[in-house]
Amino acid sequence: MSLLTPPKITGSSVRAGDRNFRFITTGAGLTVLAVLAAIAAFLVWQSIPALQENTGNVLTNQLWLPDADPPQWGIAVLIFGTLWTSVIAMAIAVPIGIGTALFITFYAPRRVARTLGFIVDLLAAVPSIIFGLWGLYYFMPEIVPAAQWLSTYLGWIPFFSNDLDLYTKSILIAGFVLAMMILPTVSAISREVFWQVPKGHIEASLALGATRWEMIRMAVLPFSRPGMISAAMLGLGRALGETIAVALILSAVFDINWQITEPGGNSIAANIALKWGEAASNGRSALIATGMVLFFITLLVNMTARWVVNRRREFSGAG
Amino acid sequence: MPIARLARTATALATLSAGGVLLAACGGSTTVNPAIPAAEAALAAGDIECVEGKIQSAGSSAQANAITEWVNVYQTACPDSTIDYQPVGSGAGVEAFVSAQTSFGGTDKPVVEEEMQAARERCANSPAINIPLVGGAIAVAYHIPGVDELTLDPATLAQIFASEITRWDDPAIAASNPGVDLPDAAIAQFHRSDSSGTTANFSDYLEATAPDAWDYDTGKEWTAPGGQGAKGSDQVIASVAQTPNSIGYIELSYILDAINAKPVAIDQGAGPVLPTANNASITLASSEVTGDDGNIVLAIDYTTQVPGAYPISIVTYEIVCTSGLDADQNPELVAQFLAFAASNSGQQLLGEIGYVPLSGDLLEAVRASVETVIQGAGG
Repeated sequence: MSLLTPPKITGSSVRAGDRNFRFITTGAGLTVLAVLAAIAAFLVWQSIPALQENTGNVLTNQLWLPDADPPQWGIAVLIFGTLWTSVIAMAIAVPIGIGTALFITFYAPRRVARTLGFIVDLLAAVPSIIFGLWGLYYFMPEIVPAAQWLSTYLGWIPFFSNDLDLYTKSILIAGFVLAMMILPTVSAISREVFWQVPKGHIEASLALGATRWEMIRMAVLPFSRPGMISAAMLGLGRALGETIAVALILSAVFDINWQITEPGGNSIAANIALKWGEAASNGRSALIATGMVLFFITLLVNMTARWVVNRRREFSGAG
Repeated sequence: MPIARLARTATALATLSAGGVLLAACGGSTTVNPAIPAAEAALAAGDIECVEGKIQSAGSSAQANAITEWVNVYQTACPDSTIDYQPVGSGAGVEAFVSAQTSFGGTDKPVVEEEMQAARERCANSPAINIPLVGGAIAVAYHIPGVDELTLDPATLAQIFASEITRWDDPAIAASNPGVDLPDAAIAQFHRSDSSGTTANFSDYLEATAPDAWDYDTGKEWTAPGGQGAKGSDQVIASVAQTPNSIGYIELSYILDAINAKPVAIDQGAGPVLPTANNASITLASSEVTGDDGNIVLAIDYTTQVPGAYPISIVTYEIVCTSGLDADQNPELVAQFLAFAASNSGQQLLGEIGYVPLSGDLLEAVRASVETVIQGAGG
């Protein structure tokens, strides 16, 4: 860190260029903070009316009737669906993403590595509506047999069971599509992190007779752990906030249902996209209130990630 | 890729593009403007009277395609006129009209009470009136391979959508469909996941005709348990087309060029009736008209027993000033545009794009109201 702090220059010898550049960069930094504060203030301000009018318990109510008389709505279903779809997406995307990055960095021949890396990055450039439509019209019919298999043979695990005999528009499908959307984020950042592992560590472990797997386990992974956590958290941030793909795929019913192969699920962002158009004033205010919750969840996730990364850094020898 | 899978993908894509047909229709064309023949016919019939100028309007998205069609034809006939209709939703449309941002508003539900008072003040204390101009219908679409005709009565329909009947071979369904080989399969029921006037009208219908089976909210949000949500009528019909053994409710136009999905005939005691523009028009024409001094509010008779009347019908309104509209909001153009919409040419266009033309006494009443607006604009 000390390298980033230049020696303090005092007196009249400060150059105009230095001073101006400092103002510009400080200004840029402050702009970000100001925008964030403005968003938070807007969300809080706009959500107050709906929170005051709400006759249901905002934390436990499982209805969405903010424009009814009396208004009644809650965020439990939305928070549950947002987190549950994201957890499934993470469970799929993080191992695959890190695996892809390891393959590209340490196993693949150079030419294959370059092409594969390029293709993975390309996946990040696909707009989310495309993922949504692909998931809805192509992927969903294809995944139904797999979901049936899961519920038939692994149905004794509660969240795989399916009492309805219906397998479309489920949290599982949304989780898969979300996983594909966050895969490039997880993979690209992990790849950059693996490149940062000092060549000395890698060569030393190989020189000591480690196999490639042992080298990765003992030299690469410990050094890269904070970076991999950052990668996963950035992916999680995107999964939490993903809107249109989830809005298209999920059944968007107001019901807490752990069974991931049954139709169901909902998320904060998808709900906003689906309800905003026809919402009256109180409905919009209630939607903004859910947006505020998502905003704070995302802040919390990122702050936790920072904290984990900083705590781990001391032990990993990184930084 | 196996053939079966290819076919399924092609079906899905075709259904997807079916929703886009209406969009494409208003996207303008490269060589021939499809509105030209309609405009020529309307001019020849004396149904269009041109007024120069520009008006802004906004409101219900349910009638957006109908208004767009009328605007296309009117503007083709009268190149010096511009009519802008923003499909912002009923609530926002009424708000924009009341706050004098627009010359008229479109709404799914008639403007009443306090809002009507505000509308009156907006019209310089002249009366504001609701005029029903666009009829519509909600079709129930099903997709059961091998079943080409399906009839349901309101109680069974309500039980299916309330997830009380969950399998196709349920005795209640079989009772209305003698001789039909219903599969032993779960019913995949689709409803709207977004807030929608279609949901409100459909649940209104279920509540009116099957109060014992339907005991859920009738607003724009779907509140019955179970089923699967899909965004917009286009996604509902696509989901039904894609999912075997499914059922869902949609606006009438989406059933016209649907693939795989077929319309359910509704039997309220006078025999099964299919959703068509003509059948729905019969229901609208036989519904009770309330309101006075040109204000028309229609109480749709969902329980209608008139033979051939398709009961799940809807109507959307325009809210207008009878006079007192500022000159720069062009009251003459508003009046003449409404007159064209209510004319034979205007109403006939509706049937061609999946809406329901008004007919009978209702249409006479609507024309009388439009005449009031024309008088007000002239005076």
